[in-house]
Amino acid sequence: MISVQNVHKSFGDLEVLKGVSLDVEKGEVVSIIGGSGSGKSTLLYCINAIEPINSGKILVDGVDVHAKETNKDKLRQKLGMVFQQWNSFPHMTVLENAALAPRIVKKMSKEEAMEIAKKELEHVGLGDKLDVYPTKMSGGQQQRLAIARALAMKPDYMLLDEVTSALDPELVGEVLDTLRLLAEEGMTMICVTHEMGFARDVSDRVAYFHQGVIAEIGEARQVITDPQNPLTQKFLSKVR
Amino acid sequence: MNSLFTPLSWSDSGLILTGVWNTIIISVVAIVVGTVLGLIIGFARSESNKVVNALFGSVLDVLRSVPLIIQLILFSTFVGAMGSPLAPFVAGSIVLSLYTMAFMSEVFRGGFESVSPSMQTAARSLGMTKWQTIYHIRLPIGLRAVFPSWLGVSLSVIKDSALVSVIGYMELLRTSEQLISRTQQPLEILIGVGIFYFIISYPLSHYGRYVERKMAI
Repeated sequence: MISVQNVHKSFGDLEVLKGVSLDVEKGEVVSIIGGSGSGKSTLLYCINAIEPINSGKILVDGVDVHAKETNKDKLRQKLGMVFQQWNSFPHMTVLENAALAPRIVKKMSKEEAMEIAKKELEHVGLGDKLDVYPTKMSGGQQQRLAIARALAMKPDYMLLDEVTSALDPELVGEVLDTLRLLAEEGMTMICVTHEMGFARDVSDRVAYFHQGVIAEIGEARQVITDPQNPLTQKFLSKVR
Repeated sequence: MNSLFTPLSWSDSGLILTGVWNTIIISVVAIVVGTVLGLIIGFARSESNKVVNALFGSVLDVLRSVPLIIQLILFSTFVGAMGSPLAPFVAGSIVLSLYTMAFMSEVFRGGFESVSPSMQTAARSLGMTKWQTIYHIRLPIGLRAVFPSWLGVSLSVIKDSALVSVIGYMELLRTSEQLISRTQQPLEILIGVGIFYFIISYPLSHYGRYVERKMAI
């Protein structure tokens, strides 16, 4: 379980998270929606300890993410993360991209790492691209590679930061389909997204972020189709 | 007076080959030492804060801005005046290596800075440590990006090594000057020397293009 407890986070004078609390159970898919600058991506970065927090607490399976004695590299192994920009490693083939972390972080043998990487790449539909260099692929394919690369570490949770925002419209579908597949398989996910249809159909709950706080959270279909908070209503009417 | 008309007789080829060999040796030393030091300094500069950078930067600026020939003369005169003159090869290697280092460090710094922070964040998010990220991501991507510039600096170091002749190092240019003063046939000899530099440099740049194509990213 991921438990975010009253987290505050500032960049200089700018407070981006103003007391956020959120519990995500194993197997749950939670989508986070909201305008730009509302702090939704920052929350993911804080959960993964990429950004420090100012106060509050984030627990992942009971481990305090931001405690000094926490081994953050070890913690990140169970938190797969995919970013808006796919960041394929350009000097490695698709297979090597996905096999790198299992090999050097989990110290697997090369064969073992390749085997797992291959399985995950087939999983996201890139089984025929193993020996291709990622720069030769479309954004959608590279984003699926990023998903497979994260999955190859066998994470317990996936943090997805606007993974379709930088994609050409016609490539969005293939990435969302991949995420849908993961959700069906029971992966625990926190998705920051602008895809309202995806948030409604795939997630269990949706949280609406507004100026650094969760303005509304509830069952996905209810929040998207029948929001209670006027702020959520206003946001959704603008997005549609 | 025979040598006047046979500048490239067998007896002279020994001298020329010594010059070729010495040019290659001092170039290799300067490129290797300059690359290693440049790599370290370039990495440190891409990592460190403004103060360290400014300090490093001004030293490197001096090395890069003062003509090599002046650095060579000043350095060898200075150590000579201090009472412990160095062999021309040693003095030349030191100056040429530092000069190369100054250019290489900028090349490598540019390469390391070209690897986007988000790429490194992506690597860290997979559980890779800082040093694993540097070794597996930043170094290989950065080095690929600057390989053409590295090769360019290396090639110009080979040619710049001719300047070490001013402090008495018997490299290719110096040996040819001696031959010229004996034979009074500068045209033939200098053309020959030019061809030698070309023969040393061309395969390198050709090989460089091949490597570049192979690791194009």
